[in-house]
Amino acid sequence: MGYTIAFCLWQSRSRFHTENMALEVKNIHCSRGHRQLFTGLNFSLNSGEVLLVEGKNGSGKSTLLKIVSGLRRPDSGDVLWNKQSLSSIFSEYTQQLVWLSHRNGINDSLTAKENIQVSISLSKSTDVNIKKVLEKIGLNAYANTPVRQFSAGMKRRLALSRLLTQKAQLWVLDEPQGALDKAGIKLLESLVEEHVANDGMVIMSSHHDVQFENITINTLQLYTHDK
Amino acid sequence: MMKWLHTMASSAWFYRFSGKVIPWLMTLFVVLFLYGLYGGLVTAPADYQQGDAFRIIYIHVPSAWMSLFVYIVMAVYAFIALVWRIKLAEVLLISSAPVGAAFTFMALVTGSLWGKPMWGTWWSWDARLTSELLLLFLYWGVIGLYAAIEDKRTASRAVSILTLIGVVNIPIIHYSVEWWNTLHQGASVTMTDKPSMPIEMLIPLLVMATAFKVYYAISLLIRTRAELVEREPNSKWVKQVIEESNHG
Amino acid sequence: MSIGIDHMTTFHSLYLLISREFLIAFRHRHEALNPLLFFVLVCLLFPLGIGPSPQLLNTIAPGIIWAAALLAILMSLGNVFRAEYEDGTLELMVLANQPLVVLTLIKLLAHWLLNVFPLILLSPIIASALGMDFDVQITLISSLLLGTPVLLLVGATVATLTLVIPQNGMLLALLVLPLYVPVLIFGSSAVSATAIGMSAAGPLYVLAALCILSLTLSPFAIVAAIKTGVSQ
Repeated sequence: MGYTIAFCLWQSRSRFHTENMALEVKNIHCSRGHRQLFTGLNFSLNSGEVLLVEGKNGSGKSTLLKIVSGLRRPDSGDVLWNKQSLSSIFSEYTQQLVWLSHRNGINDSLTAKENIQVSISLSKSTDVNIKKVLEKIGLNAYANTPVRQFSAGMKRRLALSRLLTQKAQLWVLDEPQGALDKAGIKLLESLVEEHVANDGMVIMSSHHDVQFENITINTLQLYTHDK
Repeated sequence: MMKWLHTMASSAWFYRFSGKVIPWLMTLFVVLFLYGLYGGLVTAPADYQQGDAFRIIYIHVPSAWMSLFVYIVMAVYAFIALVWRIKLAEVLLISSAPVGAAFTFMALVTGSLWGKPMWGTWWSWDARLTSELLLLFLYWGVIGLYAAIEDKRTASRAVSILTLIGVVNIPIIHYSVEWWNTLHQGASVTMTDKPSMPIEMLIPLLVMATAFKVYYAISLLIRTRAELVEREPNSKWVKQVIEESNHG
Repeated sequence: MSIGIDHMTTFHSLYLLISREFLIAFRHRHEALNPLLFFVLVCLLFPLGIGPSPQLLNTIAPGIIWAAALLAILMSLGNVFRAEYEDGTLELMVLANQPLVVLTLIKLLAHWLLNVFPLILLSPIIASALGMDFDVQITLISSLLLGTPVLLLVGATVATLTLVIPQNGMLLALLVLPLYVPVLIFGSSAVSATAIGMSAAGPLYVLAALCILSLTLSPFAIVAAIKTGVSQ
């Protein structure tokens, strides 16, 4: 049994810490099976900031993002949103959140348009112009095509539509570039830039290099050490 | 943080505490068990109807009692594990299941053995035996579900929910089977309804029941210790325990 | 006024989510017959296995139909939340701004209407083939209407617990079948009672009670199970 410990280095390149701090991860511990993924992990994220979670496969990136999204509870420690624990304000929190996991949340037998409609009705958002959304993600021509016929990259683009339809402050994106082509990655980057410029917050994992313009990026490095 | 400290501490505390308690419980069990066996097999008079065959109740009845008792205890652990997220309760729950299943199995086998002289068949569709068989399946379900889920935290939560579903269903299953039995067979001779059991028969039975409970406690403690170590092999307290046993 | 509008959008969303279920089912319409065919085939096994004696078949008909319905539901449990779990929709449902209990009930209602209700409609035909009288068929349909929701609710709860396990069919059956015993007993004995000229009210009341009990408790158990499933 490989014995793994993980510790993390928190490099903050942001210049100041403002008072309106929104997301705070406090001393969380988490293990999967026998592996301790992280112990005593702390960080915080303010509006207008991007946090990039880096690390090898199995270092716990996805698990960390699941904890931040509220889908998984840490073994101990707490995630705070505006100083309140996630578990106590879960339904308000989910209104502030867009979650994009490695699973796209898209049904294969529905068309692109129908899938967007479903995600809208799940998030209760109103006055969304589906046509404009499709245009923006470049799937205009495929609005009525069943997703079954889409390539993996196109499905990922469709999943990105949730970033446009849901008006939420915090985006939690697990490997958002997965399966995207160059143009798709550009699209993602421009969406993130726009969101951050509007005081949004983004926490994303990636093992690609990510290039953003005019944005402060904080990096959280998850290390695994095999003994 | 507090909670983490609490659970870690309680694992370590439980391990040490149970280590001290087990020998005492063992002694108690041996005394009770031998006394119960002697009382049941030797001093208790033979039954006026069944002769010596009835003596199997000294194993059968305590097993049947324990089979239900253990499941109810598991449901209590499940509730604690789900509501307060106490790790130790999860471990106690899953450690109880094989013990409960074993008691259930024993109740079934002894019931079937008893059925031969009583009804002339190894298996009669007696309501109690049938419920007991279904209970065995419920235990198997808990064990099977836990084994099938890789991540043991997830597995524990799933098993806790399943146990609670089971405990709601046990009375319903029992009632339905009883109802089915009277519908199709009429009242049959049941094994445990002894309206007037002489005192010298009853006392060994109660002693045996207590002995079985102590056995459950011993078995639960041993299994829980093993499971705790297996779950947290890299934690400080386990390393300490290993070091102590190397030096001691 | 804003509350009114909010409710409107909620109902509109829920309407959209229900139609999603039917739309997906419609796109898979070639699969719609499968539970029905399975149900008929299981019913067919008994005359073939036991022999065509009308008296014997008439006696065991309630048990046959109930067991076949139960197995058909068991077979359909695998896909209650399976697709949603695998494509990630279940995570979105947990994080949705709609109550998860409501979303769960929508799914189960759609599942019952699409997979179970047709089977109840078909059951009189099978019952006639097994020589069941008309008044007995009425009891059969009432017992199925009361009992199948229990089977679906209890089964869906356990199926949700096994979502994280790939290839879980056998385990699921092992977990679910013991819990199905009461419904089988009360369902088939209600029908048998009518067949021998006795009142079926007792077992039907019990089925109704079980139906209400499972409608009250299961959704919350399913919600807990879903949350456990998506956390992994």
